[in-house]
Amino acid sequence: MPTDLTSFIPLAYLIASVCFILTLLLLSSPKHARLGNLLGSVGMLVAVVATLVHRDIITYKWIVPGLIVGSMIGASMAAWIPMTKMPERIALSHCFGGLAAALVGVAEYIHHGSEIHRFTMGALGLEVFLGFLTFTGSLMAYGKLQGIISGAPLTYKGQNYSNIAMFFAALVLLVLLVRDPSQGALFYAMGGLGLALGVLFVLPIGGADMPVVISLLNSYAGLAASATGFALGNYVLIIAGALDGTSGFLLSLKMSKAMNRSFSNVLFGAFGTGDANPATAAAGAANATYNQATVEDAVQVLEASQQVIIVPGYGMAVSQAQHAVRDLAQALEAKGATVKYAIHPVAGRMPGHMNVLLAEANVPYDQLFDLDEINDEFPRTDAVLVVGANDVVNPAAKTNPQSPIFGMPVFNVEAARAVIVLKRSFNTGFSGIENELFGKPNTMMVLGDAKQTIKELFAGVKG
Amino acid sequence: MSAELVFGLYIFVLAGFLGNLVISKVPPLLHTPLMAGTNAISGISLVGSLVAAGGGYGQVSTWLGFVAVTCATINAVGGFMITDRMLKMFKKRGPGSAEPKPGKH
Repeated sequence: MPTDLTSFIPLAYLIASVCFILTLLLLSSPKHARLGNLLGSVGMLVAVVATLVHRDIITYKWIVPGLIVGSMIGASMAAWIPMTKMPERIALSHCFGGLAAALVGVAEYIHHGSEIHRFTMGALGLEVFLGFLTFTGSLMAYGKLQGIISGAPLTYKGQNYSNIAMFFAALVLLVLLVRDPSQGALFYAMGGLGLALGVLFVLPIGGADMPVVISLLNSYAGLAASATGFALGNYVLIIAGALDGTSGFLLSLKMSKAMNRSFSNVLFGAFGTGDANPATAAAGAANATYNQATVEDAVQVLEASQQVIIVPGYGMAVSQAQHAVRDLAQALEAKGATVKYAIHPVAGRMPGHMNVLLAEANVPYDQLFDLDEINDEFPRTDAVLVVGANDVVNPAAKTNPQSPIFGMPVFNVEAARAVIVLKRSFNTGFSGIENELFGKPNTMMVLGDAKQTIKELFAGVKG
Repeated sequence: MSAELVFGLYIFVLAGFLGNLVISKVPPLLHTPLMAGTNAISGISLVGSLVAAGGGYGQVSTWLGFVAVTCATINAVGGFMITDRMLKMFKKRGPGSAEPKPGKH
């Protein structure tokens, strides 16, 4: 009764769509989030099983190996990838998502050829363009995160103009294709433009801007899936893609806002390059007065503190110091201190990066606080421990209109009685901006690997 | 404009609005699981890949479909698994650590 089964397929897709929406709804609290995720996977299973009985599918010869290989790769990546590598894994998954959408588009085009309906052609064009753009863009983002490609912004003259020109060229090709779908060369040229734009669009964006880029690629991957849905007339694809697309877009807006930079500035600004900033040069001269301190000094300050706030940054992820940080915090709590964590929205390389790392180290989430929740607490705080964070504690964002990060919301750490900054060296951070916090009289700089230093602090506090 | 297109756009726009409402309620704490989760959800492009790989489309399309099935399955299976692995780690302060343990003085 294959026909009877087939009539249930739209219903299965509806169930899947509802499950996906519930997944996102239940993510509003960590209490129910796991249930939501489970529902999402059930929805996926229902949709896939329903599709497998579809009468359009005449052979399982290539489907079964694909499902098996994909499940094996997906499951082993999910099980073994360390939490510190989460941004890389997310970038890779956008890459797979984009590629899958693009290849389906190409396969459909080859299959239907010049017979294709104009409307389907438009959707296929968008799908292939966005899919390939997401594919190479995410590969570049992965390369930057992994350190295969320099994390520094790579720029050349007229870059933005050539990117915009390529984008419009793709648009023109799309219009031509909709007019005459039989022009195969135009179709592949558009895919090629997508591949090239993905590379050129991510290369000029610096590592510290990765949270915005990853979110944006998330959005593109979703839109590519939605376009697939339009091309195939499949509503669950349209819905899932729209949800993914809005989620990525909202996150990238939030991230840009947390850096006080417009969307276009992140995308076309190529942070930290170009004209030498006069403010940076001037501040550079004043860096001789850093207050270098030893681990013993820091232990003394911490032991005398009633309230300690820990500000983690990308440096904590790099040195994998989250477990050591947790040990130190517990030792301080055992001595009667209150310990809180201050999490900046753009700390790390992706939205929520620090939260996941601290959760991995068993830090209870009611100890983690947002910028708005904790910024008033610094004047009442005895010691702030900055672990590998830089721009998010730079007072220049509030005081120096010349600074490239001026206007970005930052933690008022300098209002605390003492600030202990753990840093690898006196070098400027990723963005190359001097941090005047390091020269303040109540700041102590402890140089060295964050994890090692925290272990020494822990031994000092405990012993 | 075909009715199919208009209906598709209806669904797209409404799903976008719904997504906006729902996702703005997700706390920053869970932004990484949100990203991993939406990624898993967009693994639904597997549904399209299945038809390309098994629809008897000819050799090239079938091969492209096979690669697409593999890629989409990686996201669909791996995405939900890794989201669960992350969500499992988020805990509230347990009864054991609610009070600071008696310190050595």
